[in-house]
Amino acid sequence: MFQYFVRRFLWAIFLFVSVTMITYVLFFLVPADPARLIAGKSATAADVARVRHDYKLDRPVYEQYWRFFDQLVIHQSLGRSFANRRSVNEMVGQAAPVTAGLVAGGAILWMLIALPVGILSALRPRSLLDRGAMIFVLVGISAPVVWIGLLLQYFIGFRLAWTPNAGYCDVFNPPAGATCGGPWDWFYHMILPWLTFAILFAASYARMIRANVMDVLGEDYVRTARAKGVPEQQVIRRHVLRNALLPVVTMLGLDIGVALGGAIFTESIFNLPGLGRLAVNSVFNLDLPTIQGVVVFATLAIILFNLIVDVLYAYIDPRIRLA
Amino acid sequence: MTSASPTPVAGTRGGQGPLLDVRDLRTYFKTDDGIVKAVDGISFSVERGKTIGVVGESGCGKSVTMMSILRLNPKSGSLDAAPGDDVPAKMESYLLGSKKHTSLSTGQALFGSEDILKVSNSRLREIRGSEISMIFQDPMTSLNPVHSVGTQLIEAVVLHQDVSPKTARALAIESLKEVGIPRAERRIDDYPHQFSGGMRQRVMIAMALINEPELLIADEPTTALDVTTQAQILNLINRLREEKGTAVVMITHDLGVVAEVADEVVVMYAARVAERAPVYGLFDRPMHPYTWGLLGSLPRLDVGVERLTQIGGQPPSLLNPPRGCRFNPRCTYAFDRCRGELPELVPASFDKAHLDACLLPEQAKVEASERVVASFATTAEAEA
Repeated sequence: MFQYFVRRFLWAIFLFVSVTMITYVLFFLVPADPARLIAGKSATAADVARVRHDYKLDRPVYEQYWRFFDQLVIHQSLGRSFANRRSVNEMVGQAAPVTAGLVAGGAILWMLIALPVGILSALRPRSLLDRGAMIFVLVGISAPVVWIGLLLQYFIGFRLAWTPNAGYCDVFNPPAGATCGGPWDWFYHMILPWLTFAILFAASYARMIRANVMDVLGEDYVRTARAKGVPEQQVIRRHVLRNALLPVVTMLGLDIGVALGGAIFTESIFNLPGLGRLAVNSVFNLDLPTIQGVVVFATLAIILFNLIVDVLYAYIDPRIRLA
Repeated sequence: MTSASPTPVAGTRGGQGPLLDVRDLRTYFKTDDGIVKAVDGISFSVERGKTIGVVGESGCGKSVTMMSILRLNPKSGSLDAAPGDDVPAKMESYLLGSKKHTSLSTGQALFGSEDILKVSNSRLREIRGSEISMIFQDPMTSLNPVHSVGTQLIEAVVLHQDVSPKTARALAIESLKEVGIPRAERRIDDYPHQFSGGMRQRVMIAMALINEPELLIADEPTTALDVTTQAQILNLINRLREEKGTAVVMITHDLGVVAEVADEVVVMYAARVAERAPVYGLFDRPMHPYTWGLLGSLPRLDVGVERLTQIGGQPPSLLNPPRGCRFNPRCTYAFDRCRGELPELVPASFDKAHLDACLLPEQAKVEASERVVASFATTAEAEA
């Protein structure tokens, strides 16, 4: 077990270094000059050269990467943004809770939809409910998030005016001048983003849960349970679901990890100041430190959730725990 | 409903008549290719404390028969047939017309005074695991991998007995000891994957017998195990049967197993019973050509052969079984009548308990049977 964790840890470090390194290399492959952007529209060639020197953009890529790495490890600092000189730590720190709130609420919502839909359609295949659910799945999986978001915005936000169209409110300590704040406003503004974000996942999870439950229903041990007189409800709960939901736990962990890196479309449509929007904006600004900051955060989130999944899996599946 | 059915008596211990009496059981399945008649008019009975061996090739309907008796077939419908109905035709049209059901069983499975095919679901659950238990072919997949064997044993106890969790656990440990699992107090908290195949089958047996059922249905309990383990499991079932007086239905395709454990044998072929006889009668004077073929294909250590003998041809498709006697395309004795008439089970004149479904005249069968049995003896002697 100890060896396993050492191996996992080393693998995580390797993953982390390669991902950040690739981001760096990709950035310098882009045929655009960040120095020109920073220096402004009316800058002379000399100004641009000076900026390039000041920001050390004239150094070789490996040197810049090393400085980034050194700064991160020694000072836990992601540096300052090229665009506005703010600390990247602070920017990521402000954006991350927004995304986390979106992902957490979305995940709860999609599981609330996917679990009953998936299980019921597996228990009654070809029923009206099953067919209806599978149409929802088809739409949910094939429709682009942006389109779903815009539809919800138009019908629920604009025509029915049940929810705000877009925007974000802080749960705690809204900044001075903010028009809204507090848990209720936050919740109210998050309803549409959660729904949009959840539909795609709810669809694919419902399909996965349905398939898993149907698989497990055909297992020999389910027959054994019935043969010993277990009531059908208990068969489903104790013998089917426990087994059918094992892979769902894995998927859930991995998906949450990935989504924490930024739900780019949802955040853009609803104008949420989360990591996804931060990433998009910094790409347009060729703001390397900020891009790098989001990448670092996303990578850590994915690594962390992978680890959580592994530990959780070992906890719920005795074959892994005791193997 | 008929008013003749008496009030169900929980447990049939000490009653009269056979423990289980299966009459004209049919189970059909709807598939994309058509209606599969997996069991097509089977009758047999099990006496208290006796062992019945059910033999036949793979796919002849042995397992489905047993699943039907406990109503374990998936999406099973129900059909009431009046006397004089054309039951097979009615079943086919029922299945083709039903959206919900893909399998259907008719006939009777009388357990004591109750017809299991007709009892309520709650009574059915009482019977399952408490009065009739079942063990399955593959012990590797028959136990739930995420629950410890103790949890699964205790689940079986508390479903049928009103006992405290502590007593249930004690019973579970006791049952594991009984089937020969060493250090049962500690192994009870282990998970199925921590047991070998043979040990898992022991756990299955412990689970099946923990409520002391009157009937144990063992569906090829040794097929998935290696030979030395097979013998141990058979001995175990035999020993427990003698100790507890449990009747056993042993499904197998192994005539050696039958010879070892059974009091009576049912030979199945293509969803029907070909021959039914006390075990000595079957081996001494087999009366059905299919049984001759089965006996002829038994590998023997005392006779050296280049190739094992086999029954020519393939087992028939149950989607579209041959007209007349289902064995006729593979039978070397077949004559015209066999191709047009479906034979029923008829008792032999020399033994009322020996029934066979073959249209040959009895004299011819007896002579042929003697030749078949003698051929074993002579080849054995010639080798010796």
